[in-house]
Amino acid sequence: MEIDYKTLGLKVGLEIHQQLDTSAKLFCNCKPELFKEEPEITFLRRLRPTQSELGQIDPAAYFEFQKGTKILYEANRTTSCLVEMDEEPPHPLNMEAVEIALTAALMMKAKPIDQIHIMRKTVIDGSNTTGFQRTCVIALKGQIKVGEKTIPIEHISLEEDAARKTGEDENNIIRYRIDRLGIPLIEIATAPVINSPKEAGEAALAIGTILRATGKVKRGLGTIRQDINISIPNGALIEIKGLQELELLPLVVEYEVQRQLNLIKISEELKKNRAKETEIKEEFFDVTNIFKQTKCKVIRKALDKNQQVLAVKLPRFKGFLKRELMPNFRLGTEIADRARFWGKVGGIFHTDEMPAYGITAEEVEQLKKNLNAEENDAIVFVADTLENAKDALKAVVARAREAIKGVPEETRAPNPEGTTSYMRPRPGAARMYPETDIPPTQITEEYIKKIRQFLPELPEQKFERLIKEYKLNQKLARQILDSEYSELFETIVKEISVSPTTVAAFLTETLKALRRDGIEADKVSDNQIREIFKSVGNGELMKEAVQDVFIWLSKHEDATLKEAITELGLTTISEDEVKTIVEKVITENKGLIQERRENSFGVLMGIIMKSSRGKINPALASKILKERLEELLK
Amino acid sequence: MSEEFSGYKGEALKAIKKAEAEIGDIIRITNNSEAYEGILIPRSEYGDERHIILKLKSGYNIGVRITSSTKIEKIGKGAKPTFKPPPLVKQIAELPKVAIISTGGTIASRVDYRTGAVRPALTASDLYSVVPELATIAQIDAQILFSLFSENITPKHWTQIAEFVAKQITDDVEGVVIAHGTDTLGYTAAALSFALQNLPVPVILVGSQRSADRPSSDAATNLIGAVTAAAKAPFAEVALAMHETPSDTAIAIHRGTKVRKCHTSRRDTFKSINTTPIARIQDQKITMLTEDYKKRDSKRKLALKPAFDEKVALIKFYPGMNPTIINWHIENGYKGIILEGTGLGHVSKYCFDAIKNAVNSNIIVAMTSQCIWGRINMNVYDSGRDLLALGVIPLEDILPETATVKLMWIFGQTNDIAEVKKLLKTNIASEFSQRTFSEET
Ligand SMILES: [Zn+2]
Repeated sequence: MEIDYKTLGLKVGLEIHQQLDTSAKLFCNCKPELFKEEPEITFLRRLRPTQSELGQIDPAAYFEFQKGTKILYEANRTTSCLVEMDEEPPHPLNMEAVEIALTAALMMKAKPIDQIHIMRKTVIDGSNTTGFQRTCVIALKGQIKVGEKTIPIEHISLEEDAARKTGEDENNIIRYRIDRLGIPLIEIATAPVINSPKEAGEAALAIGTILRATGKVKRGLGTIRQDINISIPNGALIEIKGLQELELLPLVVEYEVQRQLNLIKISEELKKNRAKETEIKEEFFDVTNIFKQTKCKVIRKALDKNQQVLAVKLPRFKGFLKRELMPNFRLGTEIADRARFWGKVGGIFHTDEMPAYGITAEEVEQLKKNLNAEENDAIVFVADTLENAKDALKAVVARAREAIKGVPEETRAPNPEGTTSYMRPRPGAARMYPETDIPPTQITEEYIKKIRQFLPELPEQKFERLIKEYKLNQKLARQILDSEYSELFETIVKEISVSPTTVAAFLTETLKALRRDGIEADKVSDNQIREIFKSVGNGELMKEAVQDVFIWLSKHEDATLKEAITELGLTTISEDEVKTIVEKVITENKGLIQERRENSFGVLMGIIMKSSRGKINPALASKILKERLEELLK
Repeated sequence: MSEEFSGYKGEALKAIKKAEAEIGDIIRITNNSEAYEGILIPRSEYGDERHIILKLKSGYNIGVRITSSTKIEKIGKGAKPTFKPPPLVKQIAELPKVAIISTGGTIASRVDYRTGAVRPALTASDLYSVVPELATIAQIDAQILFSLFSENITPKHWTQIAEFVAKQITDDVEGVVIAHGTDTLGYTAAALSFALQNLPVPVILVGSQRSADRPSSDAATNLIGAVTAAAKAPFAEVALAMHETPSDTAIAIHRGTKVRKCHTSRRDTFKSINTTPIARIQDQKITMLTEDYKKRDSKRKLALKPAFDEKVALIKFYPGMNPTIINWHIENGYKGIILEGTGLGHVSKYCFDAIKNAVNSNIIVAMTSQCIWGRINMNVYDSGRDLLALGVIPLEDILPETATVKLMWIFGQTNDIAEVKKLLKTNIASEFSQRTFSEET
């Protein structure tokens, strides 16, 4: 069914976060890089929710704190110093980052603010060693064009990237690596005026293209992340955080609309069935005995560890838990996500999917009997420690109650297929307060004037130029502009005599296809790509072999182009050697040449190619042979 | 009224007054064609006179420039923030009583996200609500003695703190905790070590290196450690409780006379010098690291000796130091000079005359080392032997800061030169260690 999103009243706002390509981090002089090796330094911390004057505490954060969650931070000396460890106050704001952000802001016609004030945004999941993220508004009230529509940009901010999660150990220890912490991020927030999944994709692309036009943003997976705010009437405002693949954006919006519509429908039907929030009670039954002899492996394992099976009744919910909200995603999945988050359990079982997982019909019957369940009730049960199982079922009860109400407000995380899962409750009002360790930064009119003078060419101007200067067709010009490679493209075609269309097609269509096939294209550096085309330009590599060489390099990260060519058996004979071979063939076939004159070319080429078993670049050989024949026959 | 404008001056203040706006009000500032709306925020410490700070609806603060054509309108009255404190925690009657004394340097605070103001939490109920773990360790009685940055604490304040602590101790408490800014925390610890002798219970100083408003603050962990030590530690001495490492894992308890702030910003800035910490607290469990300590004994009678005399100077020798610096102290009525000499305890020959003058004027001149670690020995080189001959008193492995505090304290007790000399060399509060071990660096 085709949805008319505009009539539906869909409202989408985007927040695009893009890492800037600066030489140092935002508040210290560390290199803005990640490391793969074992950490050189580790330290253990706890974050304590601080109370605001309003007495608000982030519920998820407080929950983690009460569970005694600890964070083990990993660091090395290249990528972090005492600042990232929160053992030294931040250094002054990195002006290189400010300048890039202002450049992007001016390109979006935004108004720079007069004086920058750094704020602390409370984040206590451990991703910031301080317990807050430093962020500041740089400019307000910009706009971008998507087709004929103008989308307002509410603000452009600069903030520090967070540490990245590297694991979760038992004993409530979460591991974070602080190399990413402090890398400058620009945040572009649109007004919630986007009305369709397609438009969302186009808006993100337009913003991405402007950011890349600054020439000072990082590239590759993980360097751009998008937060999406989605709402429909009678639904809820849902924030989807941290989408990394731009191509998925329209699908994510589409699925979220689907999910909300389905939840609204379920809520209506539950109400019609006279399901009531008050009837869903936090009454948990210890049903461990029923499963004493169970064949269900998951429960068996739990019982072997002396854990319990706890069950709760969801009156009038029968059939609803297996209702699909998004492809392969049911209300039961949604409830299970909640249980996992709050109860730290592996998963839940529910009667809508029974008998299954080795649980027999008899066991289910017994369960219903024990819980005094009516025909149209559903039962959710879980096997874990008593504490975890209780927390999990509490979350199940809360989520089931919300299902009667409609769509709960929450923050969700994207899955690889475009669906989303529960991430955490929506934090209350932005809890921001001033960063008193860093003085405000003045943005003078002279400074803005200077930046305005050197503003990069706007994407539309560049589009026209690509067509005119390099004779690209419209489609290819658009593709190269929208890609991450427009700068690299120009570098290559300016320094090497290769067909711009060949280079552009490779950097867009070919790479896209390779990525689709699972090739990790980002493992090949810009420099290597340049070298590949240089070799094509001077005849050392055949155009047709570029793709194979690229794939090989992506799989051998530290290898050189030479190694790739040798390993793939693509070594071509050098120009001097080609000349020698051509000379030899000419001498040996003097008679033929005398006889057939220019027409001997085909035969001679055949002999040359055969003699070198394909290791000769035919274009090069043909060029040399042609020149020599012309000389001889003059 | 001016306080309502929290720091605004000049042009900005004039413009705000004209609009009859107060901090917390919603205002609109129009500059040419640009208009900004938001909550009027107090000016930050760094603020200048030409910018007004607004909190936008998004939560961000921005500074808006004020020119002669700027228009400010008040468009809404600010809602007063209401703080609903969590229900009062029940004191558990069986738990030991601990007195917490604040001298400044907030160990607990909460943030008003509306205006960005950070307010200290100082009462017992405040402390319980911010650090709820305390309620399971001790019954707390919290008092505010003063609210001073530690660099503004003087020997007069040491006297007041000592007298205040003494008052708490007669009140049948199991221990006393003193919250104090970290900059001069080591000096106060040394001062109390001399002023509070014959202690029946522990007196624990505590501070924090990361302000209490941030979730990563070390304040709560340090405070929990300090209260644990005050309530349960087997020793009865003046000590200092702070992070042992950059991790929130353990709290080190340092002896008051042997502790020094060694890093400008790290959590584990305090180190025991020339000795090990006396105890470590991990997961609220106390492990003693030495057997050499005064045991807790509630029957012991406290000897309060709170007087200090400020006519003592700490002078660090450096190449090129002008000896008239020493002469100045003689002329200005100083009673004692602690020298921070080089290496094993040396100063240059060109200072000898000035030192001789000082000694001849009945001024106590004593030697410590600027090396921080190690013991002085003035018998090894000529220069040391010459200084001894001049009457300079060698002070073993004492910290220069502790030596200074001690000499101030001695002059608070007596002006009898022979007695002063005797006391200076007597080990009163473990300020000297007899032996130093290789790991104690
Ligand atoms: Zn750093």
